[in-house]
Amino acid sequence: MTKTESSGRLFSLAWRPQIYGSVIVILGLALAPLFLTEFLKVFATEMLIMALFALAFNLLFGYTGLLSFGHAAYFSIGAYTCGLTMLKVSPSIPLAFIAGILLATFTAWIIGYFCVRLDEIYFAMLTLAFGMMIHTILWKWDSMTGGADGLVGIPRPHLWLFDLSNITTYYYFTLIIVCICVVILWVIVNSPFGLILKSIRENHERVEFVGINMRRYRLLSFVMSGLFCGVAGVLFAPFEMSLAPDIAFWTKSAEPVFMSLLGGMSIFLGPAVGAAIYMYLKEIISGYTELWMIYLGAVLIGFVIFLPGGIVGFVHRKLYAVGKETP
Amino acid sequence: MNGDTTILETKGLRKHFGDLAAVAGVDIGFREKELTAVIGPNGAGKTTFFNLVTGRLKPTSGKVYFRGTDITGLTPYQIARKGISRIFQITNLFPELTVYENIRVAVLSKMRETARMLTLDRNLKGANDETGRILEIVGLSDKRNSMCGLLSHGDQRLLETGVALAIDPVLLLLDEPTGGMGPEETDEMVKFTRGLIEKQDITVLLVEHDMSVVFSIAERIVVMHQGEIIADGKPDEIKVDIRVREAYLGEE
Repeated sequence: MTKTESSGRLFSLAWRPQIYGSVIVILGLALAPLFLTEFLKVFATEMLIMALFALAFNLLFGYTGLLSFGHAAYFSIGAYTCGLTMLKVSPSIPLAFIAGILLATFTAWIIGYFCVRLDEIYFAMLTLAFGMMIHTILWKWDSMTGGADGLVGIPRPHLWLFDLSNITTYYYFTLIIVCICVVILWVIVNSPFGLILKSIRENHERVEFVGINMRRYRLLSFVMSGLFCGVAGVLFAPFEMSLAPDIAFWTKSAEPVFMSLLGGMSIFLGPAVGAAIYMYLKEIISGYTELWMIYLGAVLIGFVIFLPGGIVGFVHRKLYAVGKETP
Repeated sequence: MNGDTTILETKGLRKHFGDLAAVAGVDIGFREKELTAVIGPNGAGKTTFFNLVTGRLKPTSGKVYFRGTDITGLTPYQIARKGISRIFQITNLFPELTVYENIRVAVLSKMRETARMLTLDRNLKGANDETGRILEIVGLSDKRNSMCGLLSHGDQRLLETGVALAIDPVLLLLDEPTGGMGPEETDEMVKFTRGLIEKQDITVLLVEHDMSVVFSIAERIVVMHQGEIIADGKPDEIKVDIRVREAYLGEE
């Protein structure tokens, strides 16, 4: 018993505040609609979706050490499949969601199979190339995807007793699904599999010499990451009610990269906080000027140079500086 | 199984880098539970030989047999799973993981628990005990929560040996375990390596430059020079071998 206690010491130190913090955050998010205007409810819903997108991306980036520049592919395939299923097959949330998540996961499997063979910049470039292929397909396949106009009129049907066309209901629906996914992702990064991912990030060659098929684990990480990006995508389709191919463009793939860097890629919820900050900044700055990208870019450059661990990473370091062991 | 069983055997093993033959046709067998030191001047091909055995490099020609099966051309992880483990000449670990986690990775691999995604790692009782046991063996229990990258050089070498041991190897390849160590750390490593063979029941191949280490622990010495084996025998025989003296002339 003592052994387990002491071996878990480092974790429990870091975990206890995380658990209290999570309870407070979830309570806050659950009560938020009571105080928010319609506009802000819409904004908060999108924030939740993007937070999930960023966390799913960071499984590959922060935990496995692979920088993908093509993650909009899985997000947009989830979204488009969900929208198309509802428009062309049946306006059923469960059916459309399952179809979207499955296709996003399957696509991640195929693309990942090729990408995980490469390292660093080559990996990033190949994911970017595949991402642009997906964008081109969505953009040019007029008869299926509506081309540049995209999909319009995606319904928000009832789900059992709940009327999702009401934004408050859709907000809670999104909150529940995002929370479930975040818990699963948290378990994954703290599982044996999660530790193997971290070891691959630290030294992908060495890990083979203890008998681990490194590429297989990179691929599994890629697929799980694609799956949860798919979940974010399927939530996005009925939320927006229309989809355009720009959600598959490489600039969309860059968003979770920014979010992870802003919030902190080495802390589990860092990218989610980064997502909230990114979207807030984008909203504020774009209210003043069309050149919001310049200002947002400047903020990001500042972060990368002066706060390399991201905002959450910075706060975390300050809070735990006292308790940390000195070498 | 007795001490005469050949555990590792190479036949006509060659590795060429362009025109250079780093390993130039090595035929050798290693017996079970024997501590063999491979020595030779810099560039003799010792590390390349280790790399060929563990799958880090593919041989230009020749074969490697481990316990009678052909392992030539297998990937490092396949070879590791068959029971060959190693430490590297330059410390090769997971710097931003703790000491505990470094060992843990190898323990999970051995216990085939690495694909578990929906169980918290800390709840695996068997792996917890096993990781603790390995930490005891290498004497790093009190540093289990330190970041690996912040350890002293000597502790990192011990940790790497622990990682290599944690997969329960049949054959352990140590590439200059005392390299860069002070005399005290070297003594500790020698004691540790001796203990390994007595207690852990494994076969050890050792590349080492420190001759006092070699002659104090090796049961058999193999001398390499320019990719070939020029001498092979008991420490007493090697000490007086004229070719070995020639190869080392001007080196030390």
